[in-house]
Amino acid sequence: MTVIEARGLRKAFGTTIALDSVNLRVEEGRIVGLIGPNGAGKSTALNAILGLTSYQGELRVLGRDPWTERDQLMRDVCFIADVAVLPRWMRVSQALEYMAGVHPRFDRAKAKGFLAKTDIRQPSKIRELSKGMVTQLHLALVMAIDARLLVLDEPTLGLDILYRKQFYDSLLNDYFDRSRTIVVTTHQVEDVQHVLTDLIFINHGRIVLDCGMEEFESRYLEVAVRPEQIAAARALQPIHERQVLGRSTLLFDHVDRQQLAALGEVRTPSIADLFVALMGNQAGEAQGAAR
Amino acid sequence: MTTQPNAVPESPPNPREIVPASMSVTRPLYWSVRREVWENRSIYIAPLAAAAVYLFGFLIGLFWVPASMHGMMALHSTPLLIALAMPYAHASMLLMLTGFLVGIFYSLDALHGERRDRSILFWKSLPVSDLTTVLSKASIPLVILPVLVFVITVALQVAMRLLNTAVLILSGHDAAGAWTLPMFEMQVVSLYGLAVLALWHAPIYCWFLLVSGWARRAAFLWAVLPLIVIGAFELIAFRTAHFGLMMQDRVFGFAAAAFDLKDKNGVPIDAHFIPLTQLAPGRFLSNPSLWLGLIVAAAFLAAAVRLRRYQGPL
Repeated sequence: MTVIEARGLRKAFGTTIALDSVNLRVEEGRIVGLIGPNGAGKSTALNAILGLTSYQGELRVLGRDPWTERDQLMRDVCFIADVAVLPRWMRVSQALEYMAGVHPRFDRAKAKGFLAKTDIRQPSKIRELSKGMVTQLHLALVMAIDARLLVLDEPTLGLDILYRKQFYDSLLNDYFDRSRTIVVTTHQVEDVQHVLTDLIFINHGRIVLDCGMEEFESRYLEVAVRPEQIAAARALQPIHERQVLGRSTLLFDHVDRQQLAALGEVRTPSIADLFVALMGNQAGEAQGAAR
Repeated sequence: MTTQPNAVPESPPNPREIVPASMSVTRPLYWSVRREVWENRSIYIAPLAAAAVYLFGFLIGLFWVPASMHGMMALHSTPLLIALAMPYAHASMLLMLTGFLVGIFYSLDALHGERRDRSILFWKSLPVSDLTTVLSKASIPLVILPVLVFVITVALQVAMRLLNTAVLILSGHDAAGAWTLPMFEMQVVSLYGLAVLALWHAPIYCWFLLVSGWARRAAFLWAVLPLIVIGAFELIAFRTAHFGLMMQDRVFGFAAAAFDLKDKNGVPIDAHFIPLTQLAPGRFLSNPSLWLGLIVAAAFLAAAVRLRRYQGPL
């Protein structure tokens, strides 16, 4: 079943084009990473999916139009926005009570269970919690909703590595199953590399890459080339070259692994490296075109 | 390097049937109103504090009132009634004024605060429509505050009468005088007055709500300054004051609209004690100005609902 389907999705703020005819399809049971530099259009895309912004083009989330049916849609969709947005005056107990009051799919006992594993106490006010605890609380609230789509916009921004690891661990262990779908944007790509099932790169409002992680791993290979092989390696048209500890590391797209193994040590690149390669090339091409 | 699917629990795909999550329409509204009261504790703290201070002042005053009251016993019954009613009427007026001020300041912040602290992103992540949210916020000055003010007024007046009686008895006076006051009648009048005020002032509250949803900062200025400027413009350009008079009528006009201000003999009534016979609900409800105000209020609310759809954090 298709959870998100966008065709020709477009959004402009004045003369700035935030989304430029984006086509997107997210199937049920996937964990999709939406990766892009600042101002690439990630948040605009998520806001459109969540019914927080109007748009041109066609967009269906769980079969609904998010802009006109936000309140209906939010029964099946939940999201954690880029920074702590939980109301600071609220008590944890009030948050639980309120959620149980307004959300037909919220399971208060489940939320309490998640909170019991943390140091968060129910009488505390949210303003008294640390940033990490607020994120834990938000995650506990969201995981207690029997939703079909979870959208995370920079959910771990400003958190230390322990909280970040814990965040994705509980998401995978306590929440995710094949009938749920998660869309996440983050700059901390190393955190999500082993979490994602699909990867989408977005830049200047356009989708630059859209592939499954299995495809990613078979398609992109990185080779730490032995100095004497460097000319041979360059002949295979790497998409990116960089120096690591004095050794040239070349990134290849669609080149046979056996062939590369002869040149040096082959490994799967990190998402971050591929990101730099693709975005860097784009910037270079844009500059070249300008000249 | 491990392949990605290993990171995911390998449960068999179970396509979840779409259960229609049913929930009554009023439930989110009820919880939204509760949420507003949680957040804005001044809604009940301010009238309670005003009542407590007033009661304390009344108690201090009681220690020298009995003697003067003795002297009034000889007077004609109506002025005595008014003299007796005065502190109770003042209590009711003080609480009404408190309710009005709390309502104004609440409305000015209602749709601004959630954008300022970014919590609007959290509220919008829940299945609560913009209509429900705006209605819940409008219900605070239009329903919740009047009801609260009424309950606190009754409690305050009962406490005052008990204190009054106790002081009279302890000082060896006859306490019966304190009970000649038709309290029930006064409270019916004050309930009527609160309902009239809420309906008459509805466009004011709704205007403030709309501005709070629209202004990026200085909501009070945006709410008040344009009105002053329009009035001044009219005065200077056309030498008339229709707009100013209209505004004045919107704030104070409820009294003339909802009460017969003169009794059947043409004598002006005293605002400290309004008999039930002076209430004019029929005339009030058939006043076009009331309905025009309510239509304008509804239009402001509709605009606020529409606006909230487009609004994100500031």
